[in-house]
Amino acid sequence: MQALSFAVHIPLVCFGIALPALLLSVEWLYLRTGDELYRTLARRWTRIMAALFAAGVVTGTILSFEMGLLWPNFTGTFGSVFGLGFAIEGFSFFLEAIFIGIYIYGWNRLSPWAHFASGIPIALAGFTGSLMVISVNAWMNHPGGFRLEHGKPVDVHPFRALFENSYLWHELIHMYLAAYMVAGFLLASAYAWDRLRGRFGRYERTALTAALAAATLASIAQAFVGDWNGRTVAAEQPTKLAAFEGIGRTTRGADVHVLGWYSHGRVEYGIPLPRLLSLLAFHSTHATVQGLDAVAPADRPPVNVVRFAFQAMVGVGVLLVLLSIAVLTVRIRRKRLPESIWFHRALVAAGPLSVVALIAGWIVTEVGRQPWVVYRVMRTSQAVTGAGGIPVGYGALAAVYLALAIGVAWVLLRLRRLPLDDSPLLRADPVEGV
Amino acid sequence: MHLYDLPLAFALAGLALYVVLGGADFGAGLWQLLAGRGDRAAAIRDHAHHAMAPVWEANHVWLIFVLTVVWTAYPSAFSSIASTLSIPLFVAGIGIVLRGGAYALRAGTESSRERRRVDAVFALSSLLTPFALGTIAGGIASGRVHVGNPGGSLVSSWLNPTSLTIGTLAVSSAAYLAAVFLSGDATRDGQHELAERFRLRALAAGVAAGGVALAGIAVLRFDAHRLFTRLTQGIGQPALILSVLAGVTTLALVWRRRYEPARYSAALAVAATILGWALAQQPRLLRNLTIQQAAAPRSTQIALVVAVLGGAVILFPSLAVLFRLTLAGRLNGAGRLADLTSLARHARPTAGGGGRVAAAALVAGIGFLTVADAAWAHAIGVASLLAFVACGYRALLPRE
Repeated sequence: MQALSFAVHIPLVCFGIALPALLLSVEWLYLRTGDELYRTLARRWTRIMAALFAAGVVTGTILSFEMGLLWPNFTGTFGSVFGLGFAIEGFSFFLEAIFIGIYIYGWNRLSPWAHFASGIPIALAGFTGSLMVISVNAWMNHPGGFRLEHGKPVDVHPFRALFENSYLWHELIHMYLAAYMVAGFLLASAYAWDRLRGRFGRYERTALTAALAAATLASIAQAFVGDWNGRTVAAEQPTKLAAFEGIGRTTRGADVHVLGWYSHGRVEYGIPLPRLLSLLAFHSTHATVQGLDAVAPADRPPVNVVRFAFQAMVGVGVLLVLLSIAVLTVRIRRKRLPESIWFHRALVAAGPLSVVALIAGWIVTEVGRQPWVVYRVMRTSQAVTGAGGIPVGYGALAAVYLALAIGVAWVLLRLRRLPLDDSPLLRADPVEGV
Repeated sequence: MHLYDLPLAFALAGLALYVVLGGADFGAGLWQLLAGRGDRAAAIRDHAHHAMAPVWEANHVWLIFVLTVVWTAYPSAFSSIASTLSIPLFVAGIGIVLRGGAYALRAGTESSRERRRVDAVFALSSLLTPFALGTIAGGIASGRVHVGNPGGSLVSSWLNPTSLTIGTLAVSSAAYLAAVFLSGDATRDGQHELAERFRLRALAAGVAAGGVALAGIAVLRFDAHRLFTRLTQGIGQPALILSVLAGVTTLALVWRRRYEPARYSAALAVAATILGWALAQQPRLLRNLTIQQAAAPRSTQIALVVAVLGGAVILFPSLAVLFRLTLAGRLNGAGRLADLTSLARHARPTAGGGGRVAAAALVAGIGFLTVADAAWAHAIGVASLLAFVACGYRALLPRE
């Protein structure tokens, strides 16, 4: 259930992190040039941000409920260690909510520079909020800052547990860049779709350029940050790495397999790339990679799920990086965006694919940690609620989420179609506020 | 007062703010439900929506604040409450999703028929959520939650006289608060006819909420005797008296159309009720768990107190800005013409060497992050990559 909630929440978070910054950059252009086009664009994006933030608020609230509803033992035992992260996250959420209210309803009602300034805390809070949430996830992957005595944590140092964690930074940067990729590619998808339908004026071109600039640059940086993530996992969570690659037995000079299926300790029908894993993970073709056999079968994650998700994430990531390189090459050499129809078709696909990669990445880190909820400290089965009724709740929540997803999709389509306002600067009906 | 009481005091303060601010928000939804049909009803629904739209997200973060503080500072109590009272928590959760969803959807509505449908979902969830949250408070107040997973009956922990009374009280006081606030907003906007209608609603809801509260005290006598005696005769008595006085004062102020002071006395009545409950129930948190037993280790308490105080330094000025703008009506009503002439019209920003800087940052980032192996090198590498994204973005921004 939490998995479902996260899958719905994460793409919304991406917009929460990345969209404010993109918006501000466009508004900045407006303030610098006085060109109405940028203002129109910023106001349209504000509407998207408003709708998605509302949905993000509710899914986020549900997640905090679920910490108690689903994992009472996890929260009950370790709340004292990791809870602080969420408490601080609550404050960034506050700032985001406050300034988003001012920003959305302040168009036309505050002076242009004051309005621009009111957007800055939103972008900052998006960063600190993700910092806090990731700090908790990093702690679950790499717990520290406490000792266990009779099943209870003692000698607790919450700040150290959360922020002096070697797992925090790479996860954070990976997530942060992913947010720009998802938000950028999804926006670019929408405008590329317009282009394919023959609607492509200066407005659409500007929007596409800005969204794509963020997405392509983030993708290229992500390639290296992702590699860094892989090396850290190799060092700290070898079982997880073994599951990524389907390494059954501890191997010297391990291979990478593309596609294929893991069974009986090896990958079948995969395309082997000899010794690449050792090279990538440890920078040496002869390095030893620990296999799944290093831990008892009960301590291994479901290999094929993790491996498939990992392949999906990396595969999509590689495609997006290639696309980004192509875009940047054309931009630098010809000072314009590529114009071919296949480029725009690829862009339309890139948006949804980036969401696939995002969710796959989340499966990689969460399922890859199984059967532990706190790595090597608490099993997921020990953390769940004893209240029963989970299937009923699951069904009901799935129905509600489905309704929410349909609703959000509907409202976004509708917002695209609705005119921004009748007169360019005045709006009598403040329903939408923008 | 001990250190381990302090986070609970924060949580209770957050709860009071949530009941006042979030409650007004729920109440606005209830008035939408009861508005009926026709143009006058549409005016009520629109007013209720516009008054709350800029602030509702911030108002609901208070609930998240309360939850996170409780699970950090009193983890064992939180896990017992969450597993025992999972049904009303779940109902409240669904209600919150539907409410937020309705807010998001309303922006896309075109016809009044669509808007009415969205408002109906919104209003129903505005009824469901405070009621469910009230039953949770009732379950804890009447000592029906023990330590355990689950610690107590999954059904009778929230389906009992105290819970039902507090649930009803939550709904009626939400309606009351909202009507008081909306009267004030309508007066400020110069919509005096609308203000009169909300004034009548405020008076009716105020009497109803007062009645439920009095009935609730009688229910407590039979259903939660310890709480009853400590509230009426013991330590909670002054708070109870304060709450009654503030409630009566609010009614008088609304009667005399003094809405601005009424906002604050209504909030005081709610806060005093919560204070009375807390005083009467302490030192117990759950039936067989005191605050001291539930408290997380001292280091966590200190860290939490530091974090909350630090957060408050940033939070309260921000909230002050939001509410000043909202209460002054700056965030709704017709917009003003943006003063474009005052904007500096620079020539198009020069492209310059942004691209080259970005390329250099990329190379540095790869070197430090991928080739080098030390932690400090990784830090430089990450910073370089982020600089690459930032500079590159600046260079690639559309300029036409």
